[in-house]
Amino acid sequence: MRILKFLLRKEFLQIFRNKLMIRMIFAVPVIQLILLPFAANYEMKNINLCIVDHDHSEYSRNLTYKFTSSGYFQLTAIADSYKKALKVIEEDRADLIIEIPEGFERELIRDNQTKVMLIANAINGQTSGLSVSYANSIINDFNSDIRAKWIQIPRINPQPMIEITTSNWFNPKMNYKYFMVPGVLVLLVTLVGFLLTAINVVKEKEDGTIEQLNVSPIKKYQFILGKLIPFWILGNIVLSVGFIISYVVYGIYPAGSYLLIYLFAAIYLIGLLGFGLFVSTLAETQQQAMFISYFFMTIFILLGGLFAPIDNMPDWAKILAYLNPVSYFIEVMRMIVLKGSGFMDILKYLGIISLFAAGFNLLAIFNYKKTV
Amino acid sequence: MAEKEVVIKTNKLTKKFGDFVAVSEITFEVFKGEIFGFLGANGAGKTTAMKMLIGISKPSSGTANIAGFDVYKNTESIKKSIGYMSQKFSLYEDLTIKENIILFGGIYGLNDYDIETKCNGLLEKLNLQNDADKLVNSLPLGWKQKLAFSTAIFHMPKIVFLDEPTGGVDPITRRQFWDMIYEAAHNGITVFVTTHYMEEAEYCDRVSIMVDGRIEALDSPENLKKQFNAATMDDVFLMLARKAKRGD
Repeated sequence: MRILKFLLRKEFLQIFRNKLMIRMIFAVPVIQLILLPFAANYEMKNINLCIVDHDHSEYSRNLTYKFTSSGYFQLTAIADSYKKALKVIEEDRADLIIEIPEGFERELIRDNQTKVMLIANAINGQTSGLSVSYANSIINDFNSDIRAKWIQIPRINPQPMIEITTSNWFNPKMNYKYFMVPGVLVLLVTLVGFLLTAINVVKEKEDGTIEQLNVSPIKKYQFILGKLIPFWILGNIVLSVGFIISYVVYGIYPAGSYLLIYLFAAIYLIGLLGFGLFVSTLAETQQQAMFISYFFMTIFILLGGLFAPIDNMPDWAKILAYLNPVSYFIEVMRMIVLKGSGFMDILKYLGIISLFAAGFNLLAIFNYKKTV
Repeated sequence: MAEKEVVIKTNKLTKKFGDFVAVSEITFEVFKGEIFGFLGANGAGKTTAMKMLIGISKPSSGTANIAGFDVYKNTESIKKSIGYMSQKFSLYEDLTIKENIILFGGIYGLNDYDIETKCNGLLEKLNLQNDADKLVNSLPLGWKQKLAFSTAIFHMPKIVFLDEPTGGVDPITRRQFWDMIYEAAHNGITVFVTTHYMEEAEYCDRVSIMVDGRIEALDSPENLKKQFNAATMDDVFLMLARKAKRGD
């Protein structure tokens, strides 16, 4: 224990003497938490709309008006043929074309049904999907509007209609920031925990100081604890800084308990630090460590469920996502922050992350040798 | 010196990396308080041999006993009894002189009182009292080496292993460094030192010369010069090293 005390003192002296490190620990969460949620915006506004109106009727004008007044679309072009409208998309001036056929109003009144064509620019799949679904709901709205009008002047017997109303539980205003901020926070904690540990140990390899420790009577576990404890504390500091920013800037605080998040984070960090240590046993130089870390961070982020929901992934990717510790922390973070989940709800995840922690650390201990 | 206590004893110690035999069946003894020079050209296997002796590299075959402990079974006990200064300067550059001394004192299990008093004594001896709180990376190389050596023997090990300790250091500092080695030997610490500088070989009590992983000669510098009919250790070394098949 006495040796550990000396190692910890050394580690903290080095960390706090390293100006860049201190900046990373405090500035990075501040900047990323403030910038990223604003930039990674899932809401779409100002979708460029091109209308091809062959009908020129009151109804077609009403539909157009409905679109432009929705707040989601802005009319950037009016074309008189489908061909010309396609050209507008080619020139990238429109994201969505609505073609209203000739006889739109007549057919609607006479046959009680008609057709409208939507053509979305699918260069960006996510944008096109969203714009089509917005358009669908606007057209539905338009549909119920005219039917309401017809009922007032009873003319035909409308078919019984099912009206769909949605309300979003746990995030009633669908504020995407509630969704993003906890996730970004998880990534930050991951980055600090995993990357800093890996780089730190490899730096000792490069400087040759690790050899000096290896010829000393320091035990393996003392060395590993001497590295894990400081970065475990740093990870928790970053998490706390992140919570303060979430509250001050976004007014986000967990519906559940902070304590539960810290409990999960405590185990999560042990796992991630172990993984960082494992990476450091693979790399000989800081450059190599950076590359290996970058490789894993990219996978962690893209398969973590922050940007693309895991449920939407193909089966093989789902398996990778389940092997990704980051996805569990993001899930748990959202459960506690948005839903207010309690201890029993996250028990399963606590179990899984404990397995990760044990596995990564065993791997690191197994791979770390005091011999060359 | 009738009863010489043996502190390092090896028998056919060998290290192979695949087909390459880095160290081939070296057998020698080193006595307590002796300054033992371990010479050889680049690539002769000096560092590999030393790494086996300090317990961070497992031998392929043969036996070795360091300070009474076996290199296969008791590496942790060996580590408590030795000091080591590597080729690469390896104190923490971002810690101060005092912090480094305290760290290594602590690692070798010295108590706070010993660390404090010995640290002050050491700083005084090195004339660094006013620089105790300076970062190590602000020191000139020669001072760093002296400090590294002092740190390596701070816990009074039985044996100190020095791997080319004076590389890149000016002659005056090198001379001062050797004064420190003599003092350590005088205090009963066995010094096992590898070097390139043949003038340093003359300072040793006995030297061994490694060529291609084997020990080709082992005796006191005077006897070696007689044996090879050479005027200086430089000539002895050149005669032997010319036989080397593997180069740099």
